[in-house]
Amino acid sequence: MITDPLLLSIKLATVVSALLFLIGIPLAGWLSITRLRWKFLIEAIVALPIVLPPTVLGYYILVSISPNSSIGSIYLDVFGSALPFSFPGLVVASVLYSLPFAVQPFLAGFESVDRRLSEAAWTLGASRLKTFLTIVLPSSIPGLITGGVLSFAHTLGEFGVVLLVGGNIPGSTQVVSISIYDQVQALEYEQAGQTSLTLLVFSFFVLSLVYATNRKVWTIWPKNS
Amino acid sequence: MAEKLLIDIQKDFPGRQISIQTALELTPSWTVLFGPSGAGKSTVLRCLAGLETPDDGEICFGNEIWFSKNQKTCITPQQRGTGFFFQDYALFPHLSVKKNIGYNLTEISKDEKNKRIARMVDTFDLSKLENRNIQSLSGGEKQRVALARTLCRYPRLLLLDEPLSALDNPSRIRLRKELRDLLRQFKIPVILVTHDRTEALSLGDRMIVMNHGTVLQDGPIAEVFSKPNQKTTAGIVGMENVFPGSIREKKDGLAIVEINDNLLEAANFGLDTGPVMVGIRAEDIVIRLARETNSSARNQLRGTIEAVVLEESLVRLTVNCGFSIDALITRESKEEMKLDVSREVTLSVKATAIHLFPH
Repeated sequence: MITDPLLLSIKLATVVSALLFLIGIPLAGWLSITRLRWKFLIEAIVALPIVLPPTVLGYYILVSISPNSSIGSIYLDVFGSALPFSFPGLVVASVLYSLPFAVQPFLAGFESVDRRLSEAAWTLGASRLKTFLTIVLPSSIPGLITGGVLSFAHTLGEFGVVLLVGGNIPGSTQVVSISIYDQVQALEYEQAGQTSLTLLVFSFFVLSLVYATNRKVWTIWPKNS
Repeated sequence: MAEKLLIDIQKDFPGRQISIQTALELTPSWTVLFGPSGAGKSTVLRCLAGLETPDDGEICFGNEIWFSKNQKTCITPQQRGTGFFFQDYALFPHLSVKKNIGYNLTEISKDEKNKRIARMVDTFDLSKLENRNIQSLSGGEKQRVALARTLCRYPRLLLLDEPLSALDNPSRIRLRKELRDLLRQFKIPVILVTHDRTEALSLGDRMIVMNHGTVLQDGPIAEVFSKPNQKTTAGIVGMENVFPGSIREKKDGLAIVEINDNLLEAANFGLDTGPVMVGIRAEDIVIRLARETNSSARNQLRGTIEAVVLEESLVRLTVNCGFSIDALITRESKEEMKLDVSREVTLSVKATAIHLFPH
């Protein structure tokens, strides 16, 4: 059992980033090629966490995963434990909360790949899926890295959603941002300062790395042409 | 009879419309879609490849229906099996030259695939570049790789979108000569989009002239150049006298060209003996009444005036000297010389005014 809040945060961020690759790449890939008229609705839903107060998002997630809801009760039946105030619950909430920070850089990356490369692959007989996997994906690695790093960093720094959905259970849901809040409440300024500094240095390091490796792909809001 | 590619499509854009109706024989010959930029040539090509969907009409390749508005059919680019050459090559930047050429050759065995790639590498002289990275290639090299990649699948129809426009001048001139020979062995119909007259004359067998989205003229290339059906076409093609001929011999930088049993001397820039297209601008022809003895013009042709047409301040004379040739002169000259139909005249043309296009 991990008791250190910082390590718990890093574990959460790693799991969430990995899941966001699995969910975000197909979603962004679909958004980049679909000609569906209602695509903008999906884009708006994906982007919602950017503008919603974390408490609002946290509230809705909490309500929808509680054992009284259909999703929550199915989870309870299958796994024998409830989602709220548990690590898996935190993962679900964080995936939703960080979704735009993965999907939008992915989408920007896919859309920055010259469309003619895909067209060339199609005329060479490659299916849309094969074209996406062999041409578009390898050409958008910078966008994938940006998305991965952003969702990792964003998950690391979240507070409101985590507090509402996960509560403050040491070793299970007490992540680093919450432990800092706790320390300040308990007037343990020295400890709070140390933890904060660690997080500050870590975040700065990660962001510098992204800026240094690919300046161009740094786009939170992709331009939709 | 050869199968045909029927094209009868219409595509609407805000403020303009592109429409074309034509039928091309599916034999190894070159059709040029010619016209100024914005004429809609590339859109037609993209519709043929399935990269764009027309708004109306149909495209039939032999018995196959590729697109039909009425039958609500539109088959994908993957199913059409055309080779499409992109103006800026669209090579895959993350793959090597060899992997670009062999991309998606999945339906044949590995041995067969390697054989094909080897053939392409050999045909397009890419042996030293096989494992190179795309970004490190020059424009001419990229062009050859793109051609090799397009042809490696043995397409049933080759669509070339401005294949030479991205090259520097020396490479363009060299490839213009080579392209026809290189593609001959593949024995497929080629449709070429270009706005370059020289390219059209060097490569085309048949020419479709487009402007503002419509077809102005469609026919054998020499005919379209020599007998433009309207003034706009003449303006676009820009050269009234074009004849198929052949270079008989070369001497001192000159070429002796034969057109319909007439021998002309033309300035020669490195062409070998063999078939050529001969182009002469109407305004480069000088008309005299009598045969001239002392003249720097290398070529003198005797003929009879067939037609006289007034064109604004100029007069267009059509003279028959075994073949019909157009000359543009001023109204004053016409009056002074009393030129009229059935009058016999001498045409003089300088060797440098006769343009040769290898064919």
